[in-house]
Amino acid sequence: MRESTLHTDSITATDATHEHVAEIAAPAGNKRMILNMGPQHPSTHGVLRIVLELDGETILKAVPDIGFLHTGIEKNCEVKTWQQVVTLTDRVDYLSNLSNNLVYALSVEKLIGDIEIPPKAQWMRVMLAEFQRLNSHLVWLGTHALDIGAMTMFFYCFREREDILRIFEMFSGQRMMTSYIRIGGLALEPPRGWQQAVGKFINGFPSKVDEYEELLNNNPIWKRRTQGVGFVPLEELLDLGVTGPMIRAAGVKWDVRKDEPYSSYDQFEFEIPVHTENDVFARYRVRMEELRQSARIIKQALEGMPEGAWQANAPKIVLPEREKMKTQMEALIYHFKIVTEGFRVPAGEVYQAVESPRGEIAYYVVSNGTSKPYRIFMRTPSFGNLQALPSLLEGRLLADSIASLGSMDFVLGDVDR
Amino acid sequence: MAAALDAAFPEAITGGHAEHNEPTLWIAPARIVEVCRFLKDQRRFVRLSAITAVDWLPAEPRFEVVYLLHSLENNQRLRLKCWLSESECEIDSLTGIWRTADWYEREVFDLFGIRFRNHPDLTRILMPSDWEGHPLRKDYPVHGHKYSYQDEQ
Repeated sequence: MRESTLHTDSITATDATHEHVAEIAAPAGNKRMILNMGPQHPSTHGVLRIVLELDGETILKAVPDIGFLHTGIEKNCEVKTWQQVVTLTDRVDYLSNLSNNLVYALSVEKLIGDIEIPPKAQWMRVMLAEFQRLNSHLVWLGTHALDIGAMTMFFYCFREREDILRIFEMFSGQRMMTSYIRIGGLALEPPRGWQQAVGKFINGFPSKVDEYEELLNNNPIWKRRTQGVGFVPLEELLDLGVTGPMIRAAGVKWDVRKDEPYSSYDQFEFEIPVHTENDVFARYRVRMEELRQSARIIKQALEGMPEGAWQANAPKIVLPEREKMKTQMEALIYHFKIVTEGFRVPAGEVYQAVESPRGEIAYYVVSNGTSKPYRIFMRTPSFGNLQALPSLLEGRLLADSIASLGSMDFVLGDVDR
Repeated sequence: MAAALDAAFPEAITGGHAEHNEPTLWIAPARIVEVCRFLKDQRRFVRLSAITAVDWLPAEPRFEVVYLLHSLENNQRLRLKCWLSESECEIDSLTGIWRTADWYEREVFDLFGIRFRNHPDLTRILMPSDWEGHPLRKDYPVHGHKYSYQDEQ
C-alpha cells in the first residue's frame, strides 16, 4: 500500500483541510490508525477520498468524502436554453453520456407533450444507449480486473471499447461528449455505412465476451478475490438507495427498461440477468450477462431499424434542414428563433427515469414556461450507490476494500455533478 | 392512494395532482415523517429515490422540498412535496425511515440552506465546508462569486 499512513494525532494537527472527516473517523483520544485513501488514488476511479479507521487489517470505519468534482451543473442548466443543456448532460456521467442525453431528452419531450418522436429515432436511441452500456461495462471490467491484478483484461476491454468509441465518432463526430440525442430526435442524420460498422462489431462481440469469461470465470485468483466479498444484505442495499447491477446481483429483478419502458424498449426482446449471491463475483456475473443482452438488443435494432425520419416534425423545436433555410422564409425564421431565444416549454414538472449502466438515472425537470429550465435535478445512480460504501467496507479486511469499491462501479462525475 | 392517506392522516394532505401521470401530493411539513412511515410500512414504498428542492423566489412560501418515492412491488412512483417559508426553512429529517435520506438531505442543506431536524450529521457535502451561501438558491449568482480554497491563508 502506497498511501500515506497518518497517526490520529497528526491527522488533526497537519491535515486541517478535512477536519470534519477526520473528526468523525477518529474522535479525540482514539489511537487507532487512520488511513487516508484518495482523493488521488488509482482504485477509487476518480477523485473520491475515503478516510479509513483501521484496527490492524480490519476496517472499523469508512467515511467517504465527496465533492471534489462538483462543477455546479444543475445551477448551470438554469441559465442555458433547453437545447443547450444537452451538452451539460454529457458531462455528468462521463462514461454514459448517451444515457444522460436520453433521459434529458425524454423528460423535456414529456413536458412538451405534443411532440412525437419517429420510430427510427427511438430505435437509434435504444441502440446507442446499449452501445453506451457496453462501453461503460467494458471500462468497468477492465479497470476492476486491473485493480485485482488481472492486467490482460484491461487491454482486451479497451480494445473493444475503442471500436465502440469509433462508432460514436462516426455518428456524432465525438468519441465521448457525444450530445447526439437531442430534444426532438437526434443531432445528425445517421451516417452512411453505419450498418456495416455496427454489424461488424456486433457479430464479433459475443465471442469476445466468451473470451473474457474464459479468462476470469474459472480463474482461482479471481474467484478467491471476489467470491463472498462485499456482501451486504438486500434490505440494507435498498434502504441505502442502491440501484442497478448491484441490486440485481442481490436478487431483485428490477430494471427501468422493463418496468417502465421508454423509447420503445418494449419492442425488444431481452432478459434481465439476476443473481442472488450478492457478492463481488455476482455483480461481475450480472454485468457480463448484461453485455450479452445489450449485444442482443443492438442486433435486433440493427436488423429491424425502421425507415423514415430521424427527427420529430416539430418546426418550432427542431432546427430546419440547411437546404430549407436557404429557400424557405419560414424555415429561416424558425431557425433564428430557436438559435437566439430557444423554444418555450409549457410550465410543469416531470420525473423521468432511465436505466443507465450504473442504475436508475432520473431527471426531475421543472419548467415555468420560459425558454430556460427553471430547475433540473439529476438523480444520479452513483450518488445513490456510493452511500452504501461504508456498509461494504466496515468490518471487512483492508485488502478486500479494492474489490468491493470496484464492484460498485461509480463515476465521480456522476456523484458530484 | 390520496383517499387512503387522507383517511389515515386527516388534514395532512393539502393538495395533489397527477399531471403527466405522475401522482403528486402536498403534505403539511409537520406531518411528513408519519406520512412517510405509513407509506413505507403500509404501502410498500421501499425505495426513496431522492430528495430535492425547488426555490420559487419571490413566492412565499419560498421553498418546495420534493420527495421521490418508489415502490418496487407495485411498480409505482409517488412524489411528495412540502412548502417551506424562508424564515422557517426547517423540516424533520427522514433518515430514521430511509437511510438514503442522509446524503440527499445534506445535499439539499448544502445547496439550498434548508435545515433538517434530527439529522445525524447535517454538514455540507458537495461544497467546501467553509463555503458561504447556498448555490442553488435563485438569489445566488451564477457568475461573479469569489473563489474559495479551503484553509488557504
